[in-house]
Amino acid sequence: MIWSKRNILFFSVTDKLVLIVLRLGAVIAALVMLLILIFLLTESWPALIQITPTRFLTDASWHPLESTYNLTPMFSGTLLASVGALVLAIPLGLASALFIVFYASARLATSYRRLIELLAGIPSVVFGFWGLTTLVPLITQLHPPGASLLAAILVLTLMILPTITLTAFSAPQAVPDEFLRGATALGLSRWGMISGVALPAARIGIVAGIILAAGRAIGETMAVLMVAGNVVQHPAGLFDPIRTLAANIALEMAYAMGDHRAVLFVTGFLLMLLIIILAVAADWLKKNSQDWSASS
Amino acid sequence: MNIFDSKSFLLACFVLVTAMLNGITCANAASQRLVLTGSSTVAPLVGEIARRFETINPGVRIDVQTGGSARGILDIRKGTADIGMVSRALKPDETDLRAFAIALDGVSIILHANNRVNTLSKQQIIDIFTGKITNWKLVGGADARITVVTKAEGRSTLELFLHYFQLTNSAIKPHIIIGDNPQGIKIVAGNPHAIGYVSIGAAEYEAGRGAPIRLMPLDGVDASVVNVRNGTFPLSRPLNLITSREPQGLIQRFIEFARSPQIHDLVEAQYFVLFRD
Repeated sequence: MIWSKRNILFFSVTDKLVLIVLRLGAVIAALVMLLILIFLLTESWPALIQITPTRFLTDASWHPLESTYNLTPMFSGTLLASVGALVLAIPLGLASALFIVFYASARLATSYRRLIELLAGIPSVVFGFWGLTTLVPLITQLHPPGASLLAAILVLTLMILPTITLTAFSAPQAVPDEFLRGATALGLSRWGMISGVALPAARIGIVAGIILAAGRAIGETMAVLMVAGNVVQHPAGLFDPIRTLAANIALEMAYAMGDHRAVLFVTGFLLMLLIIILAVAADWLKKNSQDWSASS
Repeated sequence: MNIFDSKSFLLACFVLVTAMLNGITCANAASQRLVLTGSSTVAPLVGEIARRFETINPGVRIDVQTGGSARGILDIRKGTADIGMVSRALKPDETDLRAFAIALDGVSIILHANNRVNTLSKQQIIDIFTGKITNWKLVGGADARITVVTKAEGRSTLELFLHYFQLTNSAIKPHIIIGDNPQGIKIVAGNPHAIGYVSIGAAEYEAGRGAPIRLMPLDGVDASVVNVRNGTFPLSRPLNLITSREPQGLIQRFIEFARSPQIHDLVEAQYFVLFRD
């Protein structure tokens, strides 16, 4: 057969070259991830074999120079700050996304979107600086010491709000036009169309945005470090200071040595684990909701 | 064998990466080497000085390692390091060593400028930081809760503070924990009821630029760079380079360089106080 060379089962020279480049890229990307994991593991190894892992849960406090290594307050601090920020940012983000897609005039929608995109581009240290010099003194007047879980939640909300808005905005935009026209033809009100057709169809995209935002909130370091107070404790209320896992590494790594340093790498390992769990959860959610929409 | 077989391809990648890493390590072997070990307070400053020394003396490699002042002294006595870094004055039983101060480190207690409290005794400061005194009215101030600001574990400022007041870090009951000096100054400037401590160089600089903070005198001595330099301010210490015998050759050149005006900007950038003979 003359045309057999055109068959996709036989690689041309260009195909082979492209294949090399792609494989190289894939290997490098996978290697980086793998190397980070190996690096974290080897650096935290001295701590993991010398200190019984249960001590990270049961020690009296976090005073690494006095050999007490309780990590649970930082774990709860990280979760509380992230969940709090999500609780505030999800409704706000969804509302502004729906506003852009369904309610705003074309010109207003464009400028509003530009504004949100600008918010997404602001470096985190700027948020932290604003929080430290404006937000924290404000909260101090309400209830000292000011640097608190509440301050961390508010700053994180501002930071993840654009992520949620922008992903939630592109998801209902991707809903096929026929769906919306169909809904209009059926005489649904605008809100009926949004809640009954657009939101369910865009659900996966919105959830993906929320997961992305949660990842950002968990890993955010500088801004939280500047406003959260960084006291290692389980907070009793919104006005109590907290320390997150990421802030712990940034605060102490520069001057840590020996066991202290190794335990900070354990902190990093824990943070990585948290992100991996989040990614797996996102995957599971995506699969399940696909099954659900297929069966319904 | 197909060279695009994924296993052999992976292997090839690994070989390539390993070869590259080997090349990097080989290229770094230089002719003259200097090893400094010791205090983690002094190390960042010495690291900067070493980098500058390397650029004006090509071919010299300087290796700065931390491990605490004790390691600096131990390594010099064992002979495993060329120069030790020690963040305190030498003790009377350390006469076998020679110390060369490169800078001074001082810590000042700071309050908000509007705080009515003008002086605090050593015991009052200890009681405030350990949570025994929690209201300013108990030390002659307004009726307001005290916000205690302390430093993160491992910082030299914390170490000097704890050492001077004979405290352990777990005894301190903080409301806010900070990393660097500017952050501490911003927090105290934004909270009229806060008390904290930072490097004197940083505090004096920010107060001079109009930040609403006040440096508290200690034992009747004003907290200022001048008083750290003339040795009257109690909460201070010298940052020393040490050697076992009279320094010679490259070691001598490096110590002279570290004490010369050429590195004054580096000392000030790290909020240490310039040492002048």
